[in-house]
Amino acid sequence: MSGIRATRLTLRDLLAEALAGLVQRPGRSVLTMLGTVLGVGAFVAVLGLTSTATGQIGKSFSLLQDTTVTVDDLGGASTGDGTGTGRARMDFPPDTDARLARLNGVADGGVWWTVPLRNPVISPRADVTVEPGNGSGGGDLALFAASPGALRAMQPTLATGRLYNDFHQRRGEHVCLLGSSAARLLGITRVDNRPAVFVNGTAYTVVGLVSDVQRLPQTLLGMVIPSSTALNTYGAPADSPAQAVIRTRPGAARLIARQAATALRPDRPELLKAVPPPDPHALRDQVSTDLSGLFLVLAAICLVVGAVGIANTTLVAVLERTGEIGLRRALGARPRHITAQFLTESTALGALGGLIGTSVGVAVVVATALARHWTAVLEPYAVLPAPLIGALVGFAAGLYPALRAARIEPLDALRR
Amino acid sequence: MTDPVVQLAGCAKTYPGSPLVHALRPVDLTIRTGDYLAVVGPSGSGKSTLLNLLGLLDRPSAGTYRLSGVDVAGLRERERTALRGRRVGFVFQAFHLLPYRTALENVALARLYVTTAARPRAEAAAEALRRVGLGHRLHALPTTMSGGERQRVAIARALVNSPDLLLCDEPTGNLDSATAHAVMDLLEQLNDCGVTVVVITHDPAVAARARRRVTILDGRLSESDSESELA
Repeated sequence: MSGIRATRLTLRDLLAEALAGLVQRPGRSVLTMLGTVLGVGAFVAVLGLTSTATGQIGKSFSLLQDTTVTVDDLGGASTGDGTGTGRARMDFPPDTDARLARLNGVADGGVWWTVPLRNPVISPRADVTVEPGNGSGGGDLALFAASPGALRAMQPTLATGRLYNDFHQRRGEHVCLLGSSAARLLGITRVDNRPAVFVNGTAYTVVGLVSDVQRLPQTLLGMVIPSSTALNTYGAPADSPAQAVIRTRPGAARLIARQAATALRPDRPELLKAVPPPDPHALRDQVSTDLSGLFLVLAAICLVVGAVGIANTTLVAVLERTGEIGLRRALGARPRHITAQFLTESTALGALGGLIGTSVGVAVVVATALARHWTAVLEPYAVLPAPLIGALVGFAAGLYPALRAARIEPLDALRR
Repeated sequence: MTDPVVQLAGCAKTYPGSPLVHALRPVDLTIRTGDYLAVVGPSGSGKSTLLNLLGLLDRPSAGTYRLSGVDVAGLRERERTALRGRRVGFVFQAFHLLPYRTALENVALARLYVTTAARPRAEAAAEALRRVGLGHRLHALPTTMSGGERQRVAIARALVNSPDLLLCDEPTGNLDSATAHAVMDLLEQLNDCGVTVVVITHDPAVAARARRRVTILDGRLSESDSESELA
């Protein structure tokens, strides 16, 4: 029986036949692909938008935030008398700056608070002691106390003059810094003539004007005096408790946050609570899960709809092309050749849909990023396998119709 | 002397049921190379069953069938399929052309499963189309062709593998008489060139043109004496 070599179908011929099958009904092929296009497109867009948005968070989560640790004074609240606010207290030690500076990883650190004066009258003239807010007055200005370490940790930009330092702190000097807004209100533009500002009649020499700060921006709206001076003159902070602000070296923030309370108050660390910057990774993960979960479910539904669409169309095509199947069988096609052909058609349809869907998804992500002035971030693991998902959907959808096509008897098919 | 193309010995086909359906009673039939045989009979007589057996689309329930010397009963499905693809050419009443493929592609389709080289396929297809007088319509779509042209494309497709047996099932059933005449002329011409042709028909006019005739009635085959009818 040497004459009976088995009939065969090469991969190239198989692909050519499948492609011809798809091209002969282009309109229907496009409509069939739609579900897969939507599903894969949604999949890519959701993952792309999520990674773009989280990338954005990563960008806004700057070095500044990542090197800032604050330590709050829990004070009375933790000692159990329940009236923590309103009672004057100071749980930070006088040598807070030095204690913080000893920690490895701290660049600058110190304590600051809002001085507990009700409606302080801040004025460039000594004779204005009452009547807040009359013309030249600075009735709306706030008075802050800050140790030199806290001052440095704020990373102020000086318009003119200089910062007060440990010398002023030690001696409780009546010196102050003015924020740019406060200085404008008080009409002070230079410090070389040693101007003075009066707080309820007490004179403070202005040593510098601050045009900008990195941390504690509220100080720009007021005047800042050494913490020792404030403690001596106005007493411990009452309405808003004192807080330590620490500028750490990059990467040291979380370590410092763990150590700060003990370093400052080895006797009663529970009085203080250090707040580290949020962990950018945790932040990112949280955003990812919040955003994408629902949309991924929607994308999956789209894919299922796409699969049903492909299955349906392939089944219709099989029924429609019964005559062709019979003919091919008569021409020597084995059942597996028929299965392979229809399976290849549905898989190609799915892959093509996946490819188009991926392009659409990428376009959506890029367009959104452009519109929002974001940087588009597309993870390769989300984009590259996307067309493959389409192909898988097409393959799975084509299984039943293709197997059914293979079972068609040429005898019946050719009679039609 | 070479084997006959077709050698049926006691070949029968029954379908299960109660009582058994005898689609084809035991048949002895020999078709030699170069024969031109017409199988005539009314519908339901067993013509199609015979066609399916001859074309390896179905297996006989009893008896032996040798196609070009190969005992078909001993073949597995894939070998039967291969034998069908290589040795039998089919021409159908409904043409069964793929509507979105050109004449050339339709003919080349018959080479798809039996050879792997693509270029010789097209050449062989063009040659077969020229042979049936369609050398000028190689790239026409079936939808733009007349019925006669379509059937000639189908005949070219059946010829392209140089089959041992050309099986025509009501080849003129969908054609007007003038076109039918032309198609019969073509089959005759091919037979003159040595192609073994079997035509299955209920049309006596078509059958009359064959050199041998068998009549099938209620599953029973009887051969008319062709010589006497020609006289």
